[in-house]
Amino acid sequence: MLLSISWRNIWRNKVRSLVIIFSVALGIFAGVLAGAFFKGLANQRIQKVINTELSFMQIHNPGFEQSSDFANFIGNAQNIEDSLLKIPNITGVTRRMIVQGMAASAETAAGVLISGVFPKDEKTVTTISKKIIDGEYFDGIKRNPVVIGKKLAEKLNVKVRSKIVITIQDIENNITSGAFRVAGIFSTDNNMFDESNIYVRFNDIQKLTNFPVNATHEIAININDDENLSGILASVKELTGNKLDVKTWKELSPEMSYLTESMDMFMYIFIIIILLALLFGIINTMLMVVMERTKEIGMLMAIGMNKLRVFSMIVLESVLLSLTGGVVGIIIGAISSKIGETHPIDLSMWAQGYQQLGYDAFVYTQLDPSMLIKITILVIITGVIAAIYPAYKALKNDPADALRIE
Amino acid sequence: MNNVIEIKGLTKIYNSSEIKVKAVDGIDINFKEGEFTAVVGPSGSGKTTFLNMLGGLDRPTEGEVIIGGVDVWKLSSRKLIDFRMNNIGFVFQSYNLIPVLTAGENVEFIMQLQGRPKKEREVRTKELLEAVGIGDRIKSRPSKLSGGQQQRVAVARALASKPEFILADEPTANLDSAATVGLLELMSQMNKKFNTTFIFATHDQRVMDKARRIVTIEDGKILKDEYFERE
Ligand SMILES: Nc1ncnc2c1ncn2[C@@H]1O[C@H](COP(=O)(O)OP(=O)(O)O)[C@@H](O)[C@H]1O
Ligand SMILES: [Mg+2]
Repeated sequence: MLLSISWRNIWRNKVRSLVIIFSVALGIFAGVLAGAFFKGLANQRIQKVINTELSFMQIHNPGFEQSSDFANFIGNAQNIEDSLLKIPNITGVTRRMIVQGMAASAETAAGVLISGVFPKDEKTVTTISKKIIDGEYFDGIKRNPVVIGKKLAEKLNVKVRSKIVITIQDIENNITSGAFRVAGIFSTDNNMFDESNIYVRFNDIQKLTNFPVNATHEIAININDDENLSGILASVKELTGNKLDVKTWKELSPEMSYLTESMDMFMYIFIIIILLALLFGIINTMLMVVMERTKEIGMLMAIGMNKLRVFSMIVLESVLLSLTGGVVGIIIGAISSKIGETHPIDLSMWAQGYQQLGYDAFVYTQLDPSMLIKITILVIITGVIAAIYPAYKALKNDPADALRIE
Repeated sequence: MNNVIEIKGLTKIYNSSEIKVKAVDGIDINFKEGEFTAVVGPSGSGKTTFLNMLGGLDRPTEGEVIIGGVDVWKLSSRKLIDFRMNNIGFVFQSYNLIPVLTAGENVEFIMQLQGRPKKEREVRTKELLEAVGIGDRIKSRPSKLSGGQQQRVAVARALASKPEFILADEPTANLDSAATVGLLELMSQMNKKFNTTFIFATHDQRVMDKARRIVTIEDGKILKDEYFERE
């Protein structure tokens, strides 16, 4: 009955309670939507980095990542690739030769990271082939095709079919160079990536450098779902033993996994600030409630309601008040975030500087149900905290004084 | 017959501001089971203070209040609340009922505080509201009831906890004369029906006329203590 007393007490002063409920709802709505927005933003960015740059997992010879030593390659690459493809949930495997070099057009030159890839396999792992804005992904040019980023194309002032000379060191550390023709120009949303990465066919660069035919610097793996990451990692490690260095995207790019965490943190700080602001409004309301009901509370204490029950009654009222607003806010926030999962928020107005950093102009929100539970708990805590001082005041009521009619 | 209440040397001195007020001044008195007593006296004579000390609401400066053998003011404040709940029924002048609860819920509430089972509470609530003559208003909120009806609910609520006695401080002060007579009639009936001891403060002559014992207080002292035969 305490619960129903507290609930009905809220509606004694409808306007006052609705003001509080509305403010809590608004604050929580903003918090939920902002949380879903930033989560979506972070995940979209991560997804993109995985799809274009990292892939879910990479295998190297130990030490290659640090030194990029050309001679530090994996020997029996084809066998490993075949075995990897038999692991369940792995959807694609590709190998690459990686070498630093110089790309020069008729006008100028730039340092680049050259990946020698198998275009067919590469398509099963990364989405560069889908980011082609001009020309085609290795098709259309018969001899020595190269796929370069838009930013680099601008820098070198080249177009599709333009000639580029690539200069690298071969396996004996001799400088060697080859003429390539631009087959396609890609554009990810990451300008830095587009400026420094170019793709050629494995066989072309292998011939140029005398790299062993069956060797590789890097094996990249695609999987069906990030959820399966740790399970697949275990299987891959079992296959490779200790001889090779297997890393997931989280280890390959720690800043990406921090991104999610820091977005979460940011959201909670945001919500806590909102709740803190609301806290004072609720305290004020509850103080008014306690003052208005001095005589009633005195009567309740006189007829046998003990301090714990009086305290609970006030705390319950405050919690129900905040929670009503919180639930309304969560529902509206969740619905809006759900809509945002299929109808992206368009940031193109501000997106220019922002795209330099690799973020999308369109952000799909992402609603995390566990966040809603945590917010609910935070709202309840706010309600409890807001009630402590008013409830303490109520307990200091002396029933004899409260009931005395002046 | 047993003494329900024994009072010895009960004194209350208010120390507010500069002046000391001796609101109740060394009262000795006993109340027996089933008595129907009016405490009368002019305004400011100490009736409320006396009743509050008797009801465990206001701590005496001196003296003892012994209810059913328990020295009330020696109880811890926590035990005192439970003691009040189980032994004393209260009817106040106003602010008696919880406005957000219906008449029935108000009566039931105190039994719930006592931890009585739901079935018993429901049966007893119905019974009592019928006994006080408003069985048909069980679902009405206090604001939908007249002053007299509200005080009837308060009497039912006071009876619900099966107390040793019921204290009523000017229960008719806010009522018109018809309602006043009605309420007194009801209290007297309940007194006879359940043999519940009633002690009420009043300065209303019509109320006094119903009492079978009248204790007159002046300046915090007992002036007269008379018994009457009534029909
Ligand atoms: N809380 C208090 N502080 C100081 N004086 C009080 C207080 N309550 C009552 N008094 C004084 O005690 C006396 C008795 O008051 P009260 O018991 O209310 O009388 P009654 O109920 O008969 O009118 C009065 O003089 C009143 O002014
Ligand atoms: Mg009085």
